[in-house]
Amino acid sequence: MSDVNHDQPTHFAFDEVSEAEITKVLAKYPPERKASGALPLLYIVQDQMKRQTGSAWVPTVAMDVVAERLDVAPIRIYEVATFYTMFNLKPIGKYHLQVCTTTSCWLRGSDDVLGACKKAAGIAHVGGTSADGLFTLSEAECLGACANAPILQVDNDFYEDLDGPRTEALIAALRRDEVPQPGPTNGRHGSEPEGGRRVLLDANAGAAGPQKG
Amino acid sequence: MLSDKDRIYTNLYGQNDWHLAGARARGDWDDTKAILDKGRDWIVSEMKASGLRGRGGAGFPTGVKWSFMPKGDGPLPHYLVINGDESEPGTCKDREILRHEPHKLIESALIASFAMGAHAAYIYIRGEFYNEARHLQIAVDEAYEAGLLGKNAAGTGWDFDFYIHRGAGAYICGEETALLESLEGKKGQPRMKPPFPAGAGLYGCPTTVNNVESIASASTILRRGAAWFSALGRPNNAGTKLMAISGHVNTPCVFEEELGVSMKEIIEKHGGGVRGGWDNLLAVIPGGCSVPVLPKETCETVLMDYDSLRAVQSGLGTGCMIVMDKSTDIIKAIARFSQFFKHESCGQCTPCREGTGWMMRVMNRMVEGRAEIEEIDMLEQVTRQVEGHTICALGDAAAWPIQGLIRHFRPVMEERIRTYKRQHGGSQQVQVPVGAPLATIAAE
Repeated sequence: MSDVNHDQPTHFAFDEVSEAEITKVLAKYPPERKASGALPLLYIVQDQMKRQTGSAWVPTVAMDVVAERLDVAPIRIYEVATFYTMFNLKPIGKYHLQVCTTTSCWLRGSDDVLGACKKAAGIAHVGGTSADGLFTLSEAECLGACANAPILQVDNDFYEDLDGPRTEALIAALRRDEVPQPGPTNGRHGSEPEGGRRVLLDANAGAAGPQKG
Repeated sequence: MLSDKDRIYTNLYGQNDWHLAGARARGDWDDTKAILDKGRDWIVSEMKASGLRGRGGAGFPTGVKWSFMPKGDGPLPHYLVINGDESEPGTCKDREILRHEPHKLIESALIASFAMGAHAAYIYIRGEFYNEARHLQIAVDEAYEAGLLGKNAAGTGWDFDFYIHRGAGAYICGEETALLESLEGKKGQPRMKPPFPAGAGLYGCPTTVNNVESIASASTILRRGAAWFSALGRPNNAGTKLMAISGHVNTPCVFEEELGVSMKEIIEKHGGGVRGGWDNLLAVIPGGCSVPVLPKETCETVLMDYDSLRAVQSGLGTGCMIVMDKSTDIIKAIARFSQFFKHESCGQCTPCREGTGWMMRVMNRMVEGRAEIEEIDMLEQVTRQVEGHTICALGDAAAWPIQGLIRHFRPVMEERIRTYKRQHGGSQQVQVPVGAPLATIAAE
C-alpha cells in the first residue's frame, strides 16, 4: 500500500446524502451478499470526501467504516481499495486529469495532450498535483473510446478528439471554473466518421416502426 | 457490405432519441411477450441456429453457452451477468450500445434471462464509463416506470430485475470469473475453471456471462429470425458485428458491418482510407491489442471474420482494429501494450505477474535497440513460457502481441539493435554479461 497517504483523518461517518445512496446500492444484492457493495460504497466515500473536502479520495478510516457496514473484515476492503486504480488513496486536486496514453491514443497524439496538460496545469510529472491544488495529472490505460482518440478524462467526463491547443484551452476553462461540454472537441457528435455519417443516412433509419424479417 | 436495412444498431451514433420513446419507435419492446411465449427451448435453439458467436473476443457460440444453464427450477437462483467492462485497448463498441441503444440491451437481457431461467441480471460496466452507466440507469428507470422490468416484466409473466454495477479501473475484470469476483465485492482475480460459471458462478449459483453486444443483438435476431442473421456473413462467421477503426486512418469511427468483408474495403469505406494512402500502411492490429499484428501484405487480402483472421495467425478479437501507417515506431507501439499488460496483471499467477514486467523491460530496451540480437529469440521463448501457463488468458494476451511483432517485424528489431551498437561504440556486448540471469539485468 505504498500509495497510501501518511496524513490520515481519524474519523469518518457517512452523511445523509451518502446514506440515501447506500440504501439504493444495497437493495441491488441479496441481503446475505451485501459484501457486493464494496466497490459502490468506496465510490460513495470518495464522492463524500469530494463534497466535504474538495478532494476525492478514500482515507483508511473510511475503509473501516465500509467494512463494518458490509460485515466483512477490514482487510477485505483494504485489498479492494488498493487493487482498483479508480480509488485514490491520497488527496488529489480539484480536477483529476487522466490522459489515455495507450497505443490508439498515442498514435493520434496523446503525447501532445500530456504535454499540454503539464504545461497548462503547471505539473512537472505524471502523478503530481499542481501547486494551487487545482489539478492532479495521471496517465490512464485505455479508456475505451479509441475511435475518438486522443482522450482526456476529467473526473467523470471524457473530452475526445483532442490536440495540444484544445487541451490547453480546456484546462484554462477549468481554471476559470467553467466545465465545457464533454465529448468530441472537433465538431463530431459521437463516434461517426468526422464530416458526417457514411451509413444510417436516412435520418429516420430504423424509426419507421418495428422491423419484421 | 451491409445495407442499412440489415443493421441491428440503428441508433449507433446517437443521432436519434435513445430514451424509451425513441427505442420503441425503432422497434424495441415491440410485443416482447410474443418472443417469450415461444418458450425457452425455442429461444435457445433459435440463437444456436443464428450462428451468433460471442462478441467479446473469444467467439464462443452464444446459443450453446445459454444451453449450458441447468434446466428446470433448482434450489439456487440463476443469474445473467453482462460483461460491460470494455477495456481491451482499441475497443470502443459496447460504449455505443450503453449510451445510444440502452433499451435494446435491457429488452434482450429480459429475453436471455427468461431463456436461462434467471430472474435477475447484473451488468458490470467499467468504472470509467460513468456517463454511459448513467444513460443505462436512466433507461432502466424508464423501463421500470413503464412496467417493462420488475414483476411480470413487459406483461410476459416473468419477474425480472436489472441491476447496474460499476467497476473501478481493472482490465482483468473483463475476464468472466474475475468479473464475478469483483461483483461479489472482492479483488478481481480470476477463478480456476472448472467449475464453470454455468455450474457455479455468481454467489455460487448457475450464471451465464455474456458480452454486451452478444446480449443486445438477441432481441433483433429473434424478431427477424435466425435465418436472416445467418444469411449475413460467411459460414461459421454469421451475422453483423460492431467494429471500430482507430489510429492512422482519415476518419476513425465505430460502425456495424457484416462479417467476412475484406479489411481493405472496411478501411477504405468506414475509415476513409489510410492516412497518406493505402501504400502508406505499415500494419494493422485487427481486434484489440491482444491479437497479433498483421503486416500490410496480409491486410491486402484478409477478411474480417473469426476464421479468416485465425488462418493468418491473428484473430478477430473484439473486431476493433488499430491501423498504423509507415511513420509508426512499431516496436514502441507494441511495447506500449507490454506496459499495459504489466499494469493490468492481477498478480495471482507467477508467470504472468513476473513475466509481464520482464517482457515490458526487455521490450523497452528493444525500442532503444539496447539489446543483443540473440535476445529477440530469448524474448520469444519467454512469451512461450508465459502463454498457456496462467489461470486466465491475460498471460496469453500479453505474449501474443510480442510474438506477432517478432514474426513480422524481426528485421526492424535487428536493425534497431545494430543502429544502437553503431552509435554507442562498436561490437561489444550491451550491458548483458554472458551467463548472467537476464531478469536481474532487465530489472533496472
